[in-house]
Amino acid sequence: MSAVLELTGIRKSFGATPVLRGIDLELAEHEVVALIGPSGSGKSTLLRTINLLEPIDDGRILLRGEDISDPRVAVDRVRARFGVVFQHFNLFPHLSVLDNVTLAARKVHRVPRARAEERGLELLDRIGLAEKAREHPDRLSGGQQQRVAIARALHTDPEVLLLDEITSALDPLLVGDVLELVRELAAEGTTILMATHEMAFARDVAHRVVFLDGGVIVEQGPAAALFANPREPATREYLRRFSAG
Amino acid sequence: MLVGAASTLTFGVLVWLFVINTPGWARVQESFFDPETALAAFPRVAEGFLVNLRILVFAVVGVAIVATLLAFLRTLRGAVFFPLRVLAAAYTDLFRGIPLIIVIYLIGFGVPGLLQTRISAELLGTIALVITYSAYVSEVIRAGIEGVHPSQRLGARALGLTHGQTLRLVVLPQAIRRQAPPLMNDFVAMQKDVGLVSILGIVDAVRGAQIEQAKYAEFTPYIVAAVLFVLLAIPTIRLTDWVSARLRKREQMGSVV
Repeated sequence: MSAVLELTGIRKSFGATPVLRGIDLELAEHEVVALIGPSGSGKSTLLRTINLLEPIDDGRILLRGEDISDPRVAVDRVRARFGVVFQHFNLFPHLSVLDNVTLAARKVHRVPRARAEERGLELLDRIGLAEKAREHPDRLSGGQQQRVAIARALHTDPEVLLLDEITSALDPLLVGDVLELVRELAAEGTTILMATHEMAFARDVAHRVVFLDGGVIVEQGPAAALFANPREPATREYLRRFSAG
Repeated sequence: MLVGAASTLTFGVLVWLFVINTPGWARVQESFFDPETALAAFPRVAEGFLVNLRILVFAVVGVAIVATLLAFLRTLRGAVFFPLRVLAAAYTDLFRGIPLIIVIYLIGFGVPGLLQTRISAELLGTIALVITYSAYVSEVIRAGIEGVHPSQRLGARALGLTHGQTLRLVVLPQAIRRQAPPLMNDFVAMQKDVGLVSILGIVDAVRGAQIEQAKYAEFTPYIVAAVLFVLLAIPTIRLTDWVSARLRKREQMGSVV
């Protein structure tokens, strides 16, 4: 099993508050891993440290064996190898849907516009939004915007897709389409690390579930096993409260 | 609609009657609103106005470049850039404080003195305008940059865009759109402040009017120049209103840009 991503001893504090207190995590090629845990457990921060949006205080991050936490590394080059989707989409309101999707390809990867748009339209077609290509994001529903954000992250063929609670800001009625898209990506072998509150979805789609609490990994294991038989009291308590709603 | 027209007309007539019944009206009309003098002075004033337009065009381009650069310097983070940030801040403080007319004198007469060469007054006047207006406009742009939500920057950096690309492709376009009304206000203000370069001896509309005024010994040529400046400003002012209204509408629809 070759690890795409290998985290060792990741520590991060905001001021005096420790948020990540020594995280070790590996992600294999084609693996889908769900990060679950209460708000403030460090899920989002962990995702941001991985593509270097947050500098870490201690530890090491290897991307295909290359130490990307080395301060001498070219951060923009590293970030271009990840695809990130945020809770609030973060689409660019002044650009058309198609320009949003092709921006990184054109400006970071120097793909000619015509080729970038061809691929962009393919992706938009796939998510059923090809006819919205020339619209601006504010004309789309939240669910459509989030699918565009996923298309934007996919356009440059990232080695790892990082999804940060991508359904938390959506109307419950619009969650389905977004999850369906992620399910398809997972089935195609995309390597995905996602923070999520959608337990049923994590159980269905993730190969492995990691329970994070207080900045440490409390428990992890195959999705089915972890949900059926959580070993740690904290995991049990969290899942119990979750299913109680 | 009808009521509005009637009330405007009535108001206009009342003001008109009041003005022409003031005791000095006849004399003021003669020296400020003499149609014959207006016609005679028009060619020189209009020719001068073309100089104002030329200065304006170059000054606008100069302000756009310098102001953006200043705003960029002020948004740089990190201790390394501290001196640059301080310099940019000091610049905006200084040149928003000094009256434009003094800057024009300082540049117009000081720079040739320093360099011991003759430099075109038009160029020096343009530089003085760029120096002063860049200080104002950079503050407007900076406010716009700071008004763009940090998540936009995050989204751009996550795609692998550099700091500069993020600013140029994502932050600045949104900042400028958001700040379009105040930016256009500054543009209107600059349109008329271009007339101040006449103090350097440039024969622009104002100087042209002054020459004609000396010739005919009446002030009508100034009115001619004033009308030209107003005609230049009106389209921009209307455009500003239109842009502001459109932005307001989009904001009410729930989007920022």
